[in-house]
Amino acid sequence: MDLNSLTLRSAQEMLRSKQVSSVELTQAMLDRIHKIDPQIQAYMTVTDELALEQAHQADERLAHGDNVTPLIGIPFGVKDCLSTKGVRTTCSSKILENYVPQYNATVIEKLSDAGAVLLGKHNMDEFGMGSSCENSAYFPTRNPWDLSRVPGGSSGGSAAAAAAGMGLFSIGEDTGGSVRMPAGFCNITGLKPTYGRVSRYGLIALVSSFDSIGPMAREVYDVATVTEAIAGVDGRDSTSAAIPVPQYSQSLGKSVKGMKLGIPKEYFVAGMEAGVESAIHKAIEQFEALGMEIQEVSLPHTKYGLPVYYLILFAEASANLARFDGTRFGLSVRDGAEDVIDVYLQTRRAGFGDEVKRRIMLGAYTLSAGYYDAYYLKAQKVRTLLRQDFEQAFEQVDALIAPTCPTTAFKLGEKTADPLEMYLSDIYVTATNPAGIPSLAVPCGFSQGMPVGMQLMGKHFNEETLFQIGHAYQQVTDWHKQLPPIG
Amino acid sequence: MTSIKYETVIGLEIHAELQTASKMFCGCSADYSSAPEANTNICPVCTALPGAMPVINAKAVEQAILVGLALNCTINPHNTFARKNYFYPDLPKGYQISQYDLPIASEGWLDVPADSGKGTQRIIIRRAHLEEDTAKTFHRGDHALIDYNRAGVPLLEIVTEPDFRSVESALAYATKIRAILRYLGVNAGDMEKGILRFEANVSVRPVGSDEFRTRTEIKNLNSFRALTRASTYEVERQIKVYENGGQIVQETLGWDEARGVTVSQRSKEHAHDYRYFPEPDLPPLELSQAYIDSFHAHLPELPDAKTERFLREYGLKPQDAALLASERSLADYFETVVKQTRDSAQTVCNWLTGALLRQVNELGLSVDAIPVPAVHLAQLIDLAFDKTINGNTAKSVLVEMFQSGRAPKEIVEAQGLGQISDEGVLKEMVIKLIADNPKEVTSYLGGRETLLQWFIGQIARATKGKANSQAVKQLLLDEFEKLKK
Amino acid sequence: MTEHSFQIDADMVKHVAYLVRLGITDEEAQGFSQQFSAIIDYFNLLNEVDTSDTPPATQVIHASMVLREDVAQPSMSREEFLKNAPESEDGYVKVSTVLGEE
Ligand SMILES: [Mg+2]
Ligand SMILES: [Zn+2]
Repeated sequence: MDLNSLTLRSAQEMLRSKQVSSVELTQAMLDRIHKIDPQIQAYMTVTDELALEQAHQADERLAHGDNVTPLIGIPFGVKDCLSTKGVRTTCSSKILENYVPQYNATVIEKLSDAGAVLLGKHNMDEFGMGSSCENSAYFPTRNPWDLSRVPGGSSGGSAAAAAAGMGLFSIGEDTGGSVRMPAGFCNITGLKPTYGRVSRYGLIALVSSFDSIGPMAREVYDVATVTEAIAGVDGRDSTSAAIPVPQYSQSLGKSVKGMKLGIPKEYFVAGMEAGVESAIHKAIEQFEALGMEIQEVSLPHTKYGLPVYYLILFAEASANLARFDGTRFGLSVRDGAEDVIDVYLQTRRAGFGDEVKRRIMLGAYTLSAGYYDAYYLKAQKVRTLLRQDFEQAFEQVDALIAPTCPTTAFKLGEKTADPLEMYLSDIYVTATNPAGIPSLAVPCGFSQGMPVGMQLMGKHFNEETLFQIGHAYQQVTDWHKQLPPIG
Repeated sequence: MTSIKYETVIGLEIHAELQTASKMFCGCSADYSSAPEANTNICPVCTALPGAMPVINAKAVEQAILVGLALNCTINPHNTFARKNYFYPDLPKGYQISQYDLPIASEGWLDVPADSGKGTQRIIIRRAHLEEDTAKTFHRGDHALIDYNRAGVPLLEIVTEPDFRSVESALAYATKIRAILRYLGVNAGDMEKGILRFEANVSVRPVGSDEFRTRTEIKNLNSFRALTRASTYEVERQIKVYENGGQIVQETLGWDEARGVTVSQRSKEHAHDYRYFPEPDLPPLELSQAYIDSFHAHLPELPDAKTERFLREYGLKPQDAALLASERSLADYFETVVKQTRDSAQTVCNWLTGALLRQVNELGLSVDAIPVPAVHLAQLIDLAFDKTINGNTAKSVLVEMFQSGRAPKEIVEAQGLGQISDEGVLKEMVIKLIADNPKEVTSYLGGRETLLQWFIGQIARATKGKANSQAVKQLLLDEFEKLKK
Repeated sequence: MTEHSFQIDADMVKHVAYLVRLGITDEEAQGFSQQFSAIIDYFNLLNEVDTSDTPPATQVIHASMVLREDVAQPSMSREEFLKNAPESEDGYVKVSTVLGEE
């Protein structure tokens, strides 16, 4: 039995029926990481000892039937922007090279309580700034489907790890497509939940008003199960929503017949790769075959989504990254420094990569006296219009469908020279974050051998509908069952 | 040189730490002054560890509302937090969470004595907003040390319009704000601990002009004395600059207490650009009108109202009434004693503003913690009122009460201090005194009436001052009258 | 060199770099200047949208009055905290000289 090609659901069944122990499962994952990850480089840090210790504890719990949760004994990895107590957390930045948090993020705490087993931390674009995972200050992650290609970003390591069987699920984080775009590039399922659905406490913030922690795994069932475990209000995150968390995994399997699926016409314009477009159209036909009503809708402010997204990102990120000043943790360049201002200047020069530098400088610029109204405030106003677009669309349909990216995974180095071109690869995924709505990425085919992803967008706090539609699709397709040709 | 007369223009910002158990945005203890060591009241939030998030302290909001109402402000039903961005080692996040365009309270006022000396003038309070305090920095040799125990302690910043036309009225306002904050129990007012800090925005202009000239901002004034001296110095400095044909540069100044001068604090030529924007980690505070109104019931009688009532109810002199009303604990103490003594409110007032406060000051005590219970002072006043002891004895008993904490009756009994008013005892002594001093008696009866005082003194000496001198005097006069016949 | 209708010159780049305390060289400022002009130029696209009657959306989810009860909690470990600090002394975090005041 190849443990590395299991889905979370099948592993769950095997653990419960004692066909496999968590230690065996965890060891298989660690073995595979040590065997194939040198080529992919999805992991920044692997926590072998801790993982086996946790797996052992999970086995004890399973043996005694003590608090057997759906995730007990399930090995997973997490993007390196969530604080893990005692485990180095870098955000793939030099400025945090030796930072070891003394507390756990709420999501980590919840998963640990549920008995899930932490395998390690995933590589990412530095502080989540990037769409290819090439902006890691340490090394780029490669796409398990084609090692010359990027896995997408910024949760590139998380997507590659889940796709290549180096963990049964990944915890990613989506600020403007960072779960969905790499999920599409790597042929896995990933959720960007509603803003506020999952606590951000302990997540190293990129954009406080966009950041959404979400699971990535092979199937909708897997993603729904993990979402159930990590969602909910948290007294330490004032923006987390006090709305009950449904039993997502229990409501799968309901028919989608008669539900309405909207096609936002602004998303289907020139610029989309032919293979991507045909895969999406086939998926739409599939939904029609499942009894859904297909309807064209308009999101008239779509083309402003990207500037709105980036302007707000620059502003919030410039403040969120101010705490990396070489005083309390992380890199500190003090040699030859005249005073503390010098330390700031040198530390941040040495510790941040170019993309981070660009974005925080642009943030300072757009917030500056005299520019605030023209950029930051303007973006916040157009943000209202973006949200209204979605609200109006959801008066007509239950969900929207769109590609996760206009292309499939591109080659390493292909877009690094021009930051603006890299920004444009996020064109389909960025508008959801300013609007705060949930979006589920689901594999929907291949274009020239590379995976294509679609996303299903829904109303605030209506993840349930997205899971229902995505699950129905996966019952009649097998794209998500295709595994990358590695190892 | 021209002989233009200049007018002072001052606006005040007061930073008051709120008296909460925990910090503004985290659960760490806010009581940094009694922390045993540096960095022992800290958590991921107030040290700005990556990923930590703020949560608003309900008590700080309540206290801010109380202050806002006490200062006649509008409490804004929709108010929000903002990030004020700047780098400094005492600011761990690289931004301070403060309130900017939508503060919790705005447009209030407070009356202070008019500069003319007659009546009052109204100072307009522009706003009061919630924010967080910074860490403490200590300079040691070529480096600095940081203690985050104070980082994140709730602060209320109260800002006036530039309404003061004299340093005196600014001082009067500051004093009154301190009294009100203490009344509300939201700030203990201990200036030496730095829990109340002033910033003065100072400019001058020719008398008769209504322009606002360039102002300077004097930061971190930690006492009324520093506020007075720094503002006075700055007013005089600016006048001199204008008189010499110069211009005032808008800048931030510090106050050098030792040299008695203001000093420029701008180390880099870059002007501040705080890049305020709404704090995305905190939802807005939406306060319903009913919620805001519920705080009116919690507002205590404030110093001005209390002064008025003391005038009306007890017939005190205005300055006495104001003195007693300046501290809530003193006023409460006063009223408790008045209720428990048979003597008049004026007598109680005399005791409080005289002997009692003298003891409190001499012993360096706070009026919040007068060790003599009100019931004891009432008892003491009654002992004097009943002439069990005389006035001087009563004062020394009070000193003893401060020292031992014992009740006045106990002290009087234990030390045999009770006044001798027994006519029989005194009469015996008087008759003996007359019999023993025939020469002085003859001299008195011969017209040297001043000798009466000498006879009284002799009895006082014999009784160690416990004789009721009024009674002794009457007995002597009676006996002399008999001898005359 | 690409021409942009909008220019952010090297001096402006250096100014904003200083605002976020980022040491950069003159050459780097030149490079960023080009990129920034292109990016901001593209973002000026928002000027076509009429937002005169549109309120800004700071937050998308309408939570409000999320308050914490005023109860003091124990401190985290100072030793653990100082382990991450580049330098410390006597329980304090140590930094280089502080010149001037903010
Ligand atoms: Mg302030
Ligand atoms: Zn704290």
